[in-house]
Amino acid sequence: MSTPESYIPILIQLAFSIGFVALALYLSQLLGPKKKTKQKLEVFECGIESQGDARFPVSVKYFLSAILFVLFDVEVIFFYPYAVNFRELGWEGFVAVLTFVGFFLAGFIYVWKKGALEWER
Amino acid sequence: MDSALLLEKSILVAILTLITLGIAMYSTYGERKVAAFMQDRIGPNRAGKFGLLQPLADGGKLFFKEEFIPVQAEKWLFILGPAVAMVTATITSAVIPWGTEIPMFGRNVQLQVADVNIGVLYIMGVVSVGVYGIMIGGWASNNKYSLFGAIRASAQMISYELSMGLALIAVIMMSGTLSLREIVAQQSGMNWNIFYQPIGFILFFVSALAECNRAPFDLPECETELIGGYHTEYSSMKLGFYLFSEYVNMFVSSALMVTLYFGGYNFPGMSYISDPTFLGIAQVAVMFAKVFFFIFVFIWIRWTLPRFRYDQLMHLGWKTMIPLALANMVVTGAVILLFGN
Repeated sequence: MSTPESYIPILIQLAFSIGFVALALYLSQLLGPKKKTKQKLEVFECGIESQGDARFPVSVKYFLSAILFVLFDVEVIFFYPYAVNFRELGWEGFVAVLTFVGFFLAGFIYVWKKGALEWER
Repeated sequence: MDSALLLEKSILVAILTLITLGIAMYSTYGERKVAAFMQDRIGPNRAGKFGLLQPLADGGKLFFKEEFIPVQAEKWLFILGPAVAMVTATITSAVIPWGTEIPMFGRNVQLQVADVNIGVLYIMGVVSVGVYGIMIGGWASNNKYSLFGAIRASAQMISYELSMGLALIAVIMMSGTLSLREIVAQQSGMNWNIFYQPIGFILFFVSALAECNRAPFDLPECETELIGGYHTEYSSMKLGFYLFSEYVNMFVSSALMVTLYFGGYNFPGMSYISDPTFLGIAQVAVMFAKVFFFIFVFIWIRWTLPRFRYDQLMHLGWKTMIPLALANMVVTGAVILLFGN
């Protein structure tokens, strides 16, 4: 029932909000005072002189959770087409999805047991 | 698409955007008033009666403040960050139905900007893009606090997106469609999804709190550790956009919760109203009343619960919410298949 045409309003809304954001950014840049000093343009660091910059490696845990997110989110997306056709597929489809849930859980338990979800250490 | 419909949609978009911004502005007022009430203070009361003009004064002040970009920052990404955050926040509401339709100037005006059959996926997609706004802004600031805030925010938001997606599957299994309009239509009267999906709702609600970076999950900007978090370096309207997009997201996720679990614009006795104009107005009013209630709940939670620790936050997201959402999905499927509808 929905055609490519039904997406046009979304584009209108996108154009509208981009326009609003651009206008507001331009206006605030135009209206505000401009008294720039060297100290003011430094990055903030609790009042002490800033040491180096923020281009340094951080804990690998964050990277790990990003990778795990990509893995599991793809699996979650696979559930969506099934959920829409859930009633037509009946028990047969349900059993098939249960095996898929089994695979999902196997991966999840593996990750858990490997300690990838531990944040204290 | 004929030009009359195009004009109608444009006007609807304009009204919706203005209402969204208005509600976001007055949510800040509501937040401060509720906080004041809970802490036995008075709250803003100088600008206008009961301080009602305070949000306008704040907005005006943000426009007239000096805007500067630190020399170390990546200039264009620094500007792009808050813009992305604000744009993604305001376009999410496009697929939410605010009512069925209302007759106006001889036309039946549909009270929904875009009736697409992938509404739920659209929202999930736009919410995912929202992470970039914070990530880009925090990284481009080239400030250690901003970087930590941005990294925390992105890890937290993607973790809770998983449980949000899983919690939604149970609702989709019940309704058999991704179109928000149909999901609402199926909940006519008091046949709300919340009565069938209480656990799904709680999972969705907690995920929504984390997605909006609201307390008790406001670690990305926890001021005692990170000054301002990802927006430490921002000033003027760019800072305003970050703060504002949080309230817009709050409004949109409240609307989404109402749509998915609390019957959207439906209310008991709706079928007895025959006048279509009155029906349309009543539906919009009921929808917004429900939305305001959830915005209040968001504020209420912020001023009641203390902040989580980061490891607790990640444990809750991965070790509790995901297994629970998966179990909820499987049980929902089995129950529907066993007992029919």
